Amino acid sequence: MKSENIKIALVGNPNAGKSTLFNALTGLRQKTGNFPGVTVEKKSGTFSLKGTQGEKSREVTLVDLPGTYSIYPKSKDETVVMDILANPKHPDFPAAIIVVADASNLMRNLLLFTEINDLGIPAVLALNMLDVASSMNLTVNAVQLAMQLNVPVVRINARTGEGMANLQDAVRQVIDQTDKHPLPCFYETTHAERGLIEEVKHEHGLDNDYLALQYVCQHDNFSFVPVAQRVKLDGLIEKHQFDENAFLANETIQRYKKIKPIVEKAVKAEGISEQPYWTRKLDAILLHPFWGYVTFLLVLMVVFQAIFAWASYPMDMIDAGTAATIEWVKGVLPEGILNDLITDGILAGIGGIIIFIPQIAILFGLVSILEESGYMARVMVIMDKLMRKFGLNGRSVVPLISGVACAVPAIMTTRSISSRYERLLTIMVTPLMSCSARLPIFAILIALVVPDEKVLGFFNLQGLVLLGLYLLGLVGALLSAWLLSLFLERKEPGYFMLEMPSYKLPRWGHVGFTMLESVKSFVFQAGKVIMAISIILWVLASYGPGDKMENAEAQVTEQMKAQPQEEIDAAVASVRLENSYAGSFGRFIEPAIKPLGYDWKMGIALLASFAAREVFVGTMATIYSISGDSEDVLTVKERLLQEKNPDTGGPMYTPAVCYSLLVFYVFAMMCMSTIAVVYRETHGWKWPMIQLAYLTVLAYVSALAVYQLMS
Amino acid sequence: MAERTVSHLKKGEKGIIKSFSDKVMSLKLLEMGCLPGSEVRLDFIAPFGDPICINVGGNYSLSLRLNEASVIILE
Repeated sequence: MKSENIKIALVGNPNAGKSTLFNALTGLRQKTGNFPGVTVEKKSGTFSLKGTQGEKSREVTLVDLPGTYSIYPKSKDETVVMDILANPKHPDFPAAIIVVADASNLMRNLLLFTEINDLGIPAVLALNMLDVASSMNLTVNAVQLAMQLNVPVVRINARTGEGMANLQDAVRQVIDQTDKHPLPCFYETTHAERGLIEEVKHEHGLDNDYLALQYVCQHDNFSFVPVAQRVKLDGLIEKHQFDENAFLANETIQRYKKIKPIVEKAVKAEGISEQPYWTRKLDAILLHPFWGYVTFLLVLMVVFQAIFAWASYPMDMIDAGTAATIEWVKGVLPEGILNDLITDGILAGIGGIIIFIPQIAILFGLVSILEESGYMARVMVIMDKLMRKFGLNGRSVVPLISGVACAVPAIMTTRSISSRYERLLTIMVTPLMSCSARLPIFAILIALVVPDEKVLGFFNLQGLVLLGLYLLGLVGALLSAWLLSLFLERKEPGYFMLEMPSYKLPRWGHVGFTMLESVKSFVFQAGKVIMAISIILWVLASYGPGDKMENAEAQVTEQMKAQPQEEIDAAVASVRLENSYAGSFGRFIEPAIKPLGYDWKMGIALLASFAAREVFVGTMATIYSISGDSEDVLTVKERLLQEKNPDTGGPMYTPAVCYSLLVFYVFAMMCMSTIAVVYRETHGWKWPMIQLAYLTVLAYVSALAVYQLMS
Repeated sequence: MAERTVSHLKKGEKGIIKSFSDKVMSLKLLEMGCLPGSEVRLDFIAPFGDPICINVGGNYSLSLRLNEASVIILE
């Protein structure tokens, strides 16, 4: 019987080329989601497994499991590997496993392979990075390996796609195997372990000794083992006086003892093996005490130059395009409620979404290039000591840098930090890194108050102010981490230990794919929120309680009888907004934000942006297009420039107000999705609430200080 | 006399791994390929003297903090 939905799992060491192979096999037929029950990102995709002569090809689902050095997890996302492989009832439990091994470091890579083998799931060994191995003067004999390991061994090159047909043949061969008698185990259980193993096997209905031992060692990580059974297992461990640490050390040493002769037979070394030439040369610069930091700073500057200066061209086009479209639609559709809803509500909302696309694409593209090339690992090394001073870890650099794109995936990447303490601190401060949703707010406010000039003939002054805001966020993040570390008790030491991959050219297809995915998920996920809020806001701004709006309108028309029609129209629009639901709301909170220099219109935008910061600019667009003269459509920036302060008669958006708003948005935790992801990652409301409270206070106080000092 | 560990190596200096002084850490190091008998070489010292990058068995490069390196005892 061939099951309808064949699952294949992909496992391997980090940096062995696992995700490259995943992409090579599935192409664009992949999707990201979560593993059921846990919040670990799951990548799965399908490919068709060609049949032998006369047979139809079959669709199989390939599941990419997190990279790991062994089946004993060292960080949170690695626990998912055994949670699936130890549970045959799991929806993702594979019919076969492809173990990807880095041929240039076979000894270590085979450790994981032997563990997987002992679990009794059919496996195929994919030998990757043979080109790296041969550049290190190593030749690997795949046939010899296959004979000794008793499994199919396939030579592949995941980057070029070589060997994919052979790999598929091997996979088909193992899933079609009819006699599935288990292969000999690499780990031989000791006499002392027998009693415990038999009891666990009996208790849980298992037939694999090694799997029984995994129940003993790892049951706390198994989501499918109920608490009562975990307690029972603990009782069994007690009864048999099983020493877990001694077992683990002994097991690993025993495995290496068996692997060593296998590797010695299969791998021939000629001359000295050494890391690739370019990796050594580049490391001499990029890890240099001085030049390492200089290059890192330069890289960051290029990133900011890209997202501010380069992205501005497509963004200006989108902004102008939106304005033109709205104007065109306004003219084409008959005047009335529907026209207003479509133009001021829906189209203004869509404009607020698509304007982010260039920046998000560029940012995610650059971060992905940094990760792919191997540079990110070096950044972690040069930053670790510095990060540790603030209670963080060198690995915190990745969430912090990704936080510049979006805090939600950034907080999810903290799972690679094995220390709970360092991970929690990283989660708490990541939202201080200015995410791409804040960019449009920064962009528009900077454009209002900072002249568009060149400094030192190259750097754009606006770009430098933007860099300053990001640095302010970074400094805020580090100081907050340090402050929090004073209150938080540290239970275990943090680890760093990180493999330095050799430098590689990024796979451009993969970079492009990452960019596409990030834009897609932004447009469809964040976009939905922005869109909904735009429409709700339009309704709230267009209707008011009772006949308050009508009364106010009548009053103004009466008072301004002698004035020209245009001025009456503008005054009417403004007074209508003021008396709408949204206006009443803004008025209600105005006393609280007045000390920061904001009026009730900004209050509306501020409140709306609690759902998501990116709503701010869209809200401003909606508010000002409703209150503005509907005859001619201006870009948001032009509208803000025209806005007058009713008290002083001068422009509303003075430098003091703009800087106060900028600082407010650097610190404020205004994003529902971030709160939700922190809740998920910390398993409770305690930390997201503390985070929301401290960030709101920080934002309010700093904005207050800025406004009071500048005005 | 205290035993010589990886944290005592100077830049470019080599040593052979003898054993580990911490049980939990030794498992991590073993899984990452630091086996007794392998040759290690100190390649880089990060700014501020910590962490360090070592080359293990000519095969690959591993970076670790000084306190982690001090667990690896050399012959």
